This record gives sequence, C-alpha cells and structure tokens, in this order.
Amino acid sequence: MAITDDVLVIGGGLAGATAALAAAERGVQVRLLTYKQSTLRHASGLIDVLGYAPSGKGPLADPFDTLETLPEGHPYERVGSDAVREALLFFDAIVGDAYAGEHTDANALVPTSSGAIKPTARYPAGVAPGLASDPRETLLVGFETLPEFDAPLAAAHLEETGAPFEARGVTLSFPGIRRDDAKVTRYAHLLDRDETVDVGRGETSARAALAAIVRDQLEGESRVGFPPILGDDNHATVRRDLEERLGVDVFEVPSGPPSLPGMRLEDRLYDALDDTGVRVTTGVPVVDYEGADNGRSGASSTKRIEHVLVDRKGRDVPYRADEYVLATGGLVGKGVRSERERVFEPIFDCHVEASPDRYDWFDGDAFGDHPFARFGVTVDRELRPLDTEGDLEFANLRAAGAVLSGYDFAAEKSGSGVSLATGFVAGDRAGSEVRG
Amino acid sequence: MSDATRPTDDHVPGDDEFDPIEVFPEADEMDLRPGADNCYKCSTCDTNCPVAEVDDEFPGPKFQGPEQWRLKRQSDHDVDDSIMKCSNCMRCDHACPSEVPLSQMHNSARGEYVDERMSKRSLEYWRNRLLSNYRLMAHLGSKVPRLTNFVMGLTLTSVFNEKVLGITSEREFPEFATETFREWWRARGGSDASRERAQAAREERGESGAEKRVAYFHGCYSNYNTPEVGKALVRVYEHFGYEVVVPEQRCSGTPMFANGMLDDARRAADTNVSELAAAIEDGADVIASCTSCSMSLRQEYPELFDIDGVDDVSSNTWEGLEYLRVHEDLEGELEGTRADVPNLAYHVPCHARNQGLDGQAIEVLTTIDGVEAQDVGESCSGISGTYGWKEEHYETSMQIGEEMFEHMERADGDTGLTECPTCAMQMEHGTGYEIKHPLEVLEAALVPNSPGTERAATDGGIDETVGPNREGQDEPFGAN
Ligand SMILES: Cc1cc2nc3c(=O)[nH]c(=O)nc-3n(C[C@H](O)[C@H](O)[C@H](O)COP(=O)(O)OP(=O)(O)OC[C@H]3O[C@@H](n4cnc5c(N)ncnc54)[C@H](O)[C@@H]3O)c2cc1C
Ligand code: SF4
Ligand code: SF4
Repeated sequence: MAITDDVLVIGGGLAGATAALAAAERGVQVRLLTYKQSTLRHASGLIDVLGYAPSGKGPLADPFDTLETLPEGHPYERVGSDAVREALLFFDAIVGDAYAGEHTDANALVPTSSGAIKPTARYPAGVAPGLASDPRETLLVGFETLPEFDAPLAAAHLEETGAPFEARGVTLSFPGIRRDDAKVTRYAHLLDRDETVDVGRGETSARAALAAIVRDQLEGESRVGFPPILGDDNHATVRRDLEERLGVDVFEVPSGPPSLPGMRLEDRLYDALDDTGVRVTTGVPVVDYEGADNGRSGASSTKRIEHVLVDRKGRDVPYRADEYVLATGGLVGKGVRSERERVFEPIFDCHVEASPDRYDWFDGDAFGDHPFARFGVTVDRELRPLDTEGDLEFANLRAAGAVLSGYDFAAEKSGSGVSLATGFVAGDRAGSEVRG
Repeated sequence: MSDATRPTDDHVPGDDEFDPIEVFPEADEMDLRPGADNCYKCSTCDTNCPVAEVDDEFPGPKFQGPEQWRLKRQSDHDVDDSIMKCSNCMRCDHACPSEVPLSQMHNSARGEYVDERMSKRSLEYWRNRLLSNYRLMAHLGSKVPRLTNFVMGLTLTSVFNEKVLGITSEREFPEFATETFREWWRARGGSDASRERAQAAREERGESGAEKRVAYFHGCYSNYNTPEVGKALVRVYEHFGYEVVVPEQRCSGTPMFANGMLDDARRAADTNVSELAAAIEDGADVIASCTSCSMSLRQEYPELFDIDGVDDVSSNTWEGLEYLRVHEDLEGELEGTRADVPNLAYHVPCHARNQGLDGQAIEVLTTIDGVEAQDVGESCSGISGTYGWKEEHYETSMQIGEEMFEHMERADGDTGLTECPTCAMQMEHGTGYEIKHPLEVLEAALVPNSPGTERAATDGGIDETVGPNREGQDEPFGAN
C-alpha cells in the first residue's frame, strides 16, 4: 500500500510550507515531505518581494510598480501581481503580529548587519523599531564573540549610506558566554530561559546582566539594535523584558546565516502546518516516480504521476497523491543539481533550461549576471513544468520557489517573495484540483 | 531454519572468547573526504545541536565533523576530547542541507578517541563499557530479576554507582521484567506456534496468498525490561497473518557507537548481520520495535562495517508500524476499531525523525476511535541512550529535556507515547507519566482480548482470541 494523501508537497522550505498551507485551505488531506533543512534557516527572516528590477534599477520604493513590467517567464509574471498580493495576505494571516509591514505596498528600508539598507516587504516585529526611515538616534550593540556583527562599523556605514539619524556602535562582552564560537542558539537559550550567569560580581539573570551593561552605554538614544539573538521560543518576551529594563525600544538587526529570525519563521510555519492538519514527514528524500499515460492521445496525452518513491534508508517506499507540488529549492536546496556536463532536476527529470556549455554558466565578472542563478524548471501560468517543446511534463505536477527558472533572487532581492507567491498559487491550484 | 530448531540460549558479550577477533579498519582509513568537502559552512548543523545549545564547552557538530576531519588531514591532529560530549542524537545529520555524513564522522572520531586516547584502565572507560554493554548487565540481572531490582533500588547501590562509577544517582534503574520476552516466546511455542496462529489468521482473513514472515529484532530493552512491547508486536503481526521468527541477536550497537566502543559494536554486528541475513534469505523481512535499533541496522551498520550481507539487512529492515503501513491496509484495518486511550502525549525520538517516521504514530493511531494523541514538539528528549546516565552529563541531559517536559505537562492527560525505550525513560523521569509504545495501542485496538491488552496475569496463555476490537465492544485499554 502506498502512503496516500490528496496533495503531496515535496520540499519543506518557504515555498513548500506555503504550498502545503494553501492546499490545506481547500479542505483536502495534504502531506509535506522534506529531506533536509531548508534555506529558511539561513535566510534573514525578511520577506523580500522585489528590491531591485532585473535591470539592476533600485532600490525600489514600490515593488508592485515594477512587478507589472517583468519579462515573460519571470515567476511573478507567471502568477500575476494579484496573486502576489493574495499570497502576502495569506502570509500575514499565518504569522499574525509576529510580522509587520502589511499596511503598505511600499518597501520598508531595513538596516542589515553590514550597515547596508535593504528594501523589503515584510519584516519581523522585532525588526520594526529599527527601520531606517525612522529618524531616531540609534545605539547598535555588538558582542566580542559574534564578530559577524561589527556594531561600530555598521553604524559608520549607516551614516555613510545617508540614513536620516545618528548611529553609534559599541562592542560588549555577552554575559555568560565564554566560547568565541558559541552558537547563536546558545545565546538565545540563555535569554529564553533567563538562565543564571556569572558576571564576576556574583550571579544574576542573563537578561538583567545584559540590560545592565547596555544601560551603561546609552547616551540618550531612544532605540538599541542587537544582533538577532534575542531569544528563540520566547523572543517576544525577551525583547519586551529588555525594553522595560532599558526604557528604550529594542530591535534586532537582520544578519547572515545562521539566522534565528529565519528559524523562528520556520517554527511559525510548521506550527501552522500542525494546526491545519498537514502531515509532515522529514529526513527522507523523494528519489523517483512512477507515471502513467492518461490514455488519451494528442495534446492531452500528458502523463500523470502515479506515485513517487521515497528512499527510507535504502528502501523505496511509495507515496501517492492526486496532485504534487515540487518545491525542492535551487542549487542550494538541491532541487536543481549540476554535474560537469549538465544541470538537471533530479526527481522527475523536468526540463531545465541551461546552456550545454558549462563555460556559459558563469559571467566573467564574479559579481556579474550569472546565468546559473536563473537555472530551474520552466512553467506555464498554472506553474506546471514544461518540457523542451513547451508541452506539460505532467498533468498533476506544479512547481514553486527556488526550483523555478527565470529570476535571480540574490540580485533582485526577491527570494522569499517568489517562494511565497508561487507556493501559494501552486498549493491553492493543487488543492482545488483535487476537489474537482 | 526456524529458531525453534536452534538453540535459543542468548549469547552475551564475554561468552565468546573464542570468536576470531575482527580487525576493525582504522577509523581514518574510512574515506570521509567527499562528505567533508561537501560542507559549505552554513552552520545549520550547529543550530540544531541540543548539546551546543545548553553546554558552553561543546564546540558543536561542524567542528566535530568536517572541521576536525580537515585538521586531521592537514596535520597529525589528535581527536579532540569534546567528542565525548556529543550525545549521538543525530540531529545534525537530519539537518545538513549538503548531506555531510556528520554522525558517521562523529562515530569514527569517537572510536579513534577511545582507542587511542582513553586509558583502558580508567574508570570512565569501564563505566562506559558497562553502560554500553547494557545487555550483559541485563542478561545477568534478568536471571534474578527481583533480587536485582531490589539491589538496584538500594541507596547504597546508587551511591556506589555515582561515586565510584560516575553513573548518576538521580535516575532509577529500569526494572527487569520477571519473564524476558524470549522466555515468554519460548514458553509460547516459538515460531512453530506462531506459524500456526499466522495461518489461522490468514484463513480468517480470507487470504490465500503465500506465507508472510517477519524476523523480529527485539533489542535489549524490550527483551529484558518491557517484554509487553515485544508481545504486542507478535500479536499484532500474527493478527495480520505474519509468522514471526525471533533470530538470535545481540545489542544493535547504538549505545556502543555513542561510547566509541566500535570493537564491541562490530562483534555484535557480526552476529546480528549473519542471523538476520539468514532470516531474510528464508523470506522474512526484519522488524524492529525500537527506532534506534532500526536506525542502527539501516544506517550505521553499512556506514561503519563492511560485513557480508550488511546491505541486505539494511534495505530489508523496517520499524514495526512502518512495515504494516506499507504492506497492509493498516489504516483501513483500524477504521472502526476502538481503544480507550485519550490524551496521549507523543514524543518523536530523534532517530525516528531520521528515518522519515516523525508523523507516523499519530497519523496511524488517531484512526482508532477513542485514541487522541498530541505531538509535544520536535525537541530532543535529551537522554540519548547512555548519555543521560553519566554523572557528568545528567544536567545537560535534563536541560535539553526541559522543553519536552514542559510540552508534555501542557498537553492533556498523563500518558506518554514514544517508540524509543530510552526516550521513554527520560519522559517518565521528567514528568512521572506512564509511557506506552505505539504497538501497545495497536494491540489494544486489533487484538482486544489478548493477555497484553487485558494485562492478565497469565501471559503466555495460548488461547488468545483473534479479532479486532470493533465498536461496541467496550474494552478499556490497559485495564487489568
Ligand atoms: C544564504 C541564503 C540567504 C538568503 N537570504 C534571503 C533573504 O534575506 N531574503 C529573501 O527574501 N530570501 C533569501 N534567501 C532566499 C530564500 O531563502 C530562498 O530563495 C527561498 O526561500 C527558497 O525557498 P524554497 O522553499 O524554494 O527552497 P529551499 O529553502 O531551498 O527548500 C527546499 C527544501 O526541499 C528539500 N528537498 C530537496 N530535494 C528533495 C527531495 N528530493 N525530496 C524531498 N525534499 C527535498 C530540501 O531539503 C529543502 O528543505 C536566501 C537564501 C540563501 C541560500
Ligand atoms: S550543516 Fe552541513 S554544510 Fe552546513 S556547516 Fe554543517 S556540515 Fe557543513
Ligand atoms: S549527534 Fe547530536 S549532540 Fe552530537 S553533534 Fe550532532 S546534534 Fe550535536
């Protein structure tokens, strides 16, 4: 017996989780199956819709103006800007007050750990007091043991960038952390549980100790920015507690991987999956499929996926569904793989648009326009993968997220937005298809 | 060959001086380079490590794996002693987006560390050896279970354990059953009796097909401590018409990997692989009720040992519910059955997650009327086999478990559910809950009149009735 559900979503990143939630909204039985952990855990937790046009123009004040003008084949062009709006509304409902930014179409400007300013559509509530459009003076606090965030340098960069406020940075020693390579989860755990720490003058609680050393540094600033380590499960409480102790607003400055804001978003999404009754299977990959012709001939002779095969430690187990969503990520998530001679999609062998000459994959300039960034499967407007001829690969497969071709998320700052919009559309269509 | 015709006496480690000593290949001869080179330093593994989250001294899986391996390759670097702080929960394996074989690296580094750096005369070595050879203790203990339980419960014993051996006095030793699973199995008539029952069940089910056969890998814990889990497995499989055989077996090796005792593990693996491969040859699939045992047979054996038949065993081993779900219409069969066990607080063992079994117990069991189960979240229970028994790790283990305890207490009811016997120990230790195995719930629904379900004093009675617990038959679970 195959393990059977109505919709099977393959891949558990932002695209897959959104697809599974959207399909479940249609009242069908959904399973999300994912192999390893997704890029959500590296990502900043910001939901970037479009920061820069594909031409490089930007930062964009309003992503929706540009959305209408994207070239054919771009994932946003495929689903249309209404779907992007709908997907954002869907996201807002899932994350509730953990995120902000829903009151406007315009991009918010968020300072990042390098002191750059990033245009983004949605941001964690804990990031909100730090927005660059807010003119209040700012103190940035870094820690000796977290060198990735150099607070004085970031403050200097912010001022150079022309942020409309004064920023100052200090580097302190985090109470209770001795190792110079302590994990971000260790910092968060200390604050989450408000563990007792030894600060030389006896023992005190981690939050009180942190507030005490930061208070000494305040010179009238009304907000303080920290690297994103202010708790995990109890993040909101930790932040509020620090605000009360310091008497100023406290925010986090989004950083590179590994990133707690990304992990917190992952937790939210997986809690929502659990609440919605989506079945979640992790730790094992889909490796193959078995298909069948639908018996018809001509243009509608498209194959259907009967079931996929999941490798459970050396033994293939069949999983069956009516509709499938492929959300396995790009080259990082391993949804698209490359060998010396080819780039391919490993489960269904969907057609991947790529030059046969690997020397064409990279631009000569390291920061140039790399074709490989856009490798992925090509889809129709229903997000169904197309073969070399432009015909459907399968009647019951849709694709979402970084596995799609036609966009460069890093250059456009569109990673999460594309995953959200295409995940929403793919899941919603798959779910309604089952219902008939 | 069925096990009724072969001597069923257990071999225990130490009985086998005459075994040819296998030369275990040096850990660093294992070619882990492709794995190490796959690491792109994203630190996803580090953010999943429960030990690094609570223990300042632990440098985390990225260091233990790819970084240490690179250091060793570049210079004559000794394995860092922090490797002994890794609990072998394998969560880093489950996390790594780049498929770096972290736990394999940890296992071989630990083996090398114990071989080369740990004094064979130290108490730590002998304590670890004692803990990882639980089966030896259990084998002796189960000969005189009541006496052992009594002695283990004495304050004097626990003071000795902690002060001399470094085994924490915070935990109570698990009680030994007065009758081991194997003793029960033999008294019940072994696989000959099972074949007859299976045949009767197949006739009743109207199945005309070929014989169905499984080989049960019970592991140490359900043999010596919780034979009711093994009995439940036998009755449930017989209900579906499977003949059960119980091959000779030794420890799956899980506690030995975690303690770097790779030679001990290898010796046990030699027995297990040859016995199980023979059963597979006879047409059986291998079933384990403990998810760490199935993990070991499926993943660690082929990663660490080059034994004839090891791949066959790996690809034909299944977890107890998993096999039925794939080979039978398990959910269909459970439709309309009943067992009164509301409010179960379910914990997924880390090793179950690595096998893709995370949602399974709840998905399957909640199709039974009267069963409600709540997942208490994906945090690690913290005990990781022998880890939480060591005096120096007890605190860490309880700090890791804290999240699970809190979630359990927040869930309704006070019965826990999990597949892993050591997670069960930790769940009970942290909350005082009674802990069940999913197979026991299945048994209650499908074989309601069995002695296991009724907890009759006469375990081993042959007159077990078959027939699922259909709606209307009110059969309270676990009543006596
Ligand atoms: C370092 C980094 C930083 C980023 N920062 C930002 C940012 O600041 N803002 C932003 O908007 N975007 C950011 N992004 C981009 C964004 O995270 C991704 O583009 C986007 O979310 C991709 O999501 P996804 O769900 O399509 O794929 P992924 O997140 O890659 O998830 C794919 C999942 O599929 C699973 N999978 C793969 N193959 C199989 C298989 N065969 N069977 C089962 N499961 C499988 C993988 O294990 C993985 O869990 C960043 C990306 C990276 C790598
Ligand atoms: S998760 Fe994998 S790739 Fe990332 S740092 Fe750890 S071992 Fe390296
Ligand atoms: S096995 Fe567990 S304890 Fe050991 S390094 Fe990996 S995550 Fe940490």
